Amino acid sequence: MPEPKQPEKLIDEKGLRIDGRRLDQLRPIKLEVGILDKADGSAYIEQGKNKILAAVYGPREAHPKHIALPERAVIRCRYHMAPFSVDERKSPAPSRREMELSKVIRESLEPVVLTELYPRTMIDLFVEILQSDGGSRCAGITAASLALADAGIPMREIVAACAVGKIEGKLALDLSDAEDKYGEADLPVALVPNSSMITLLQMDGSLTPSEFERGLGMAVEACKAIHSMQREALKKKYHEIKEVVEEKEESEVIA
Amino acid sequence: MLLAEPKHVVAPGELLAEGDHLLGDNAYRIGTQIFSACVGLFEVDGNRVTVVPLKGGYIPRVGDLVAGRVIDIGLSGWTVDIRSPYLAMLPASETPGPRGPRRRDLSTTFDVGDMMLSEVLAFDRTRDPLLTIKGPGLGKISTGRVVEISAAKIPRLIGRKGSMISMLKNETGCQITVGQNGIAFVWGKSPENERLAVEAIYMVEREAHTRGLTDRIREMIAKSNVVGEIARTQTA
Amino acid sequence: MSHTPQLPPVAKLEQKTIVDMISRGKRIDERSPESYRPIQIQVGLIEKANGSAQVHLGKSKILVGVKVQTGEPFPDTPDEGVLTVNVELVPLASPSFEPGPPSEQAIELARVVDRGIRESKAIDVKSLVIQKGKKVQVVYVDVYVLDHDGNLIDASAMASLAALVNAKVSKMELKGDEVVAKPGHHSLPVNNYPIAVTFAKVDKTILVDPSLEEEQVMSARLTVTIDKNGSICAMQKGGLSGFSVEELKKAVGLAVQKAAENRAKVLAVAKG
Repeated sequence: MPEPKQPEKLIDEKGLRIDGRRLDQLRPIKLEVGILDKADGSAYIEQGKNKILAAVYGPREAHPKHIALPERAVIRCRYHMAPFSVDERKSPAPSRREMELSKVIRESLEPVVLTELYPRTMIDLFVEILQSDGGSRCAGITAASLALADAGIPMREIVAACAVGKIEGKLALDLSDAEDKYGEADLPVALVPNSSMITLLQMDGSLTPSEFERGLGMAVEACKAIHSMQREALKKKYHEIKEVVEEKEESEVIA
Repeated sequence: MLLAEPKHVVAPGELLAEGDHLLGDNAYRIGTQIFSACVGLFEVDGNRVTVVPLKGGYIPRVGDLVAGRVIDIGLSGWTVDIRSPYLAMLPASETPGPRGPRRRDLSTTFDVGDMMLSEVLAFDRTRDPLLTIKGPGLGKISTGRVVEISAAKIPRLIGRKGSMISMLKNETGCQITVGQNGIAFVWGKSPENERLAVEAIYMVEREAHTRGLTDRIREMIAKSNVVGEIARTQTA
Repeated sequence: MSHTPQLPPVAKLEQKTIVDMISRGKRIDERSPESYRPIQIQVGLIEKANGSAQVHLGKSKILVGVKVQTGEPFPDTPDEGVLTVNVELVPLASPSFEPGPPSEQAIELARVVDRGIRESKAIDVKSLVIQKGKKVQVVYVDVYVLDHDGNLIDASAMASLAALVNAKVSKMELKGDEVVAKPGHHSLPVNNYPIAVTFAKVDKTILVDPSLEEEQVMSARLTVTIDKNGSICAMQKGGLSGFSVEELKKAVGLAVQKAAENRAKVLAVAKG
């Protein structure tokens, strides 16, 4: 599909962005948990036009054997984009960008997983970008930490992630593709909410120290909002079964 | 002070209680606050707060009854897959028969692909689990149906004091043996009986966190024609 | 080099259950030997692709994205566009899939799907030429396996066909030296609808649409791809054993019937 043209303005007179959002507004987010059959845990996220699947296998036997550690589980992580996920078809071979993102995503999640419970084992984390729309690493982390929780892997918390950027000189939350491409800065952040620890931080572009401070504050607030959606999505899977079977029972009792 | 509702599903990182509580499984403490460390059901037993996991793989414990599949034969024993991150070993010395390596062909006892019911003899953080089949009811399993469910659901499948599993046996007319590692064996009078028991076990897995499960399963079995037919053939 | 795969140990007890049930005319999931698992098809999920489709075959899940881009023809076919089918056995789909370059299993799967489309002339490749010998449209069919519960071939072939039928492309033309898109979107020229039907031989019985449990105990596999006229356009035998002539004849007969049923399902969704 042809690439979208550069918009004339990223922010209109009313202060709204090309997709009609305010500067401090997230794109619509849809989360689903446990949608794959074979994986031990899985989650799906739509954020704007991002469509991302995350799956977890493990803890399982470390493979190859030499990567095993005596005192803890090893986490392997792969961030990968489907060939059809972007405007110009992407070769399925992993790019340098995908390899870097695999590493920073892994490092954003390592601090919450109780890896010490499973020495000499391996936990695999696969993040597949089915459609990419800016901010896919953050949405990937949001989904991946849900997949870890869904796999029943002991963890301190669910990690949430969101980016803040700068477009036309103004800080804006959760950049879309076009805003990321034509904006002035991008600051992806992952947050462990209870302990207020930042576990992903990257930045490119140009921000003054005071913009960084304000931007980080916006990102942390957004992560907290995403975190409550994550919790809800994780429990929803169980609540749905509960409601269906228990309601059926009640109605039968009445009948 | 409890800050989450007992018997409800909690998420990792969710605040469960604050103050003077005892720390149970799958919970951790920061200062005076206690949080959940996995997705599970929040349980309170006296002063102890615990999270019973709803998903998760099997980690061996000494004394557990486990089902396993032979994946390799060595000089002095077998490598056994027990659906855990750690491969188990069954040494020849832990099977009935003449002692010592090379005294017999090990594949006549267990061949690759064979299933067994065994007990975990030894396991710790540094060593892979060691199995034994010395004991009543242990050994090779060569008939029946295999059902695999999440190991986290096994306590529910067994039920309080074995209530769920004995109900399943009675109502389906099947013999059922449950390994702690999430593998169960079902033996029935007919394939239909076995299928019913297998279905009921999957239902326990799916609805483990709901109330009134025993009654619902009893009803599901009663509604199926299979048991009705058994009753008829028995009275005839 | 291809070598005998390191097979997982044959699950003897499960194999016995499957064989015992088949001898009574039923499969482990209660199907008859001639029936498919439920098939669900959705199209147009990936807006950034020209065409896309998701197929659920039982618990197997396949997502296919079709991208059409401008490229160069192969030197030996200057008057034809290019069609390529690529399969990714994504590691999230199965504990046995490892990240890395395509395995021989992935390549075989891609080529069996490719052959069905190519040999039935489903895509009119001549219509994809922009400038003979220089510029053509390249149709990429990327098959993404998301959940592996058996019979990936049939599910991938159906999803690929549905995504091709679903695809919307711009007509390209040459303006000076530059290739530019004409306004408006058109469907791809899809002229045939090949459907793959796969069989597994378990013990002495031939089963259609094997589940993963059945694939793990099958001795041989056969795929027959049938075009819209009921002719065979591609075949592939796999597995460590083989089939008798009688078995092959019976399979082809059943394939024709099953392909017609599945084709109707695919087209009902893909054509909208």
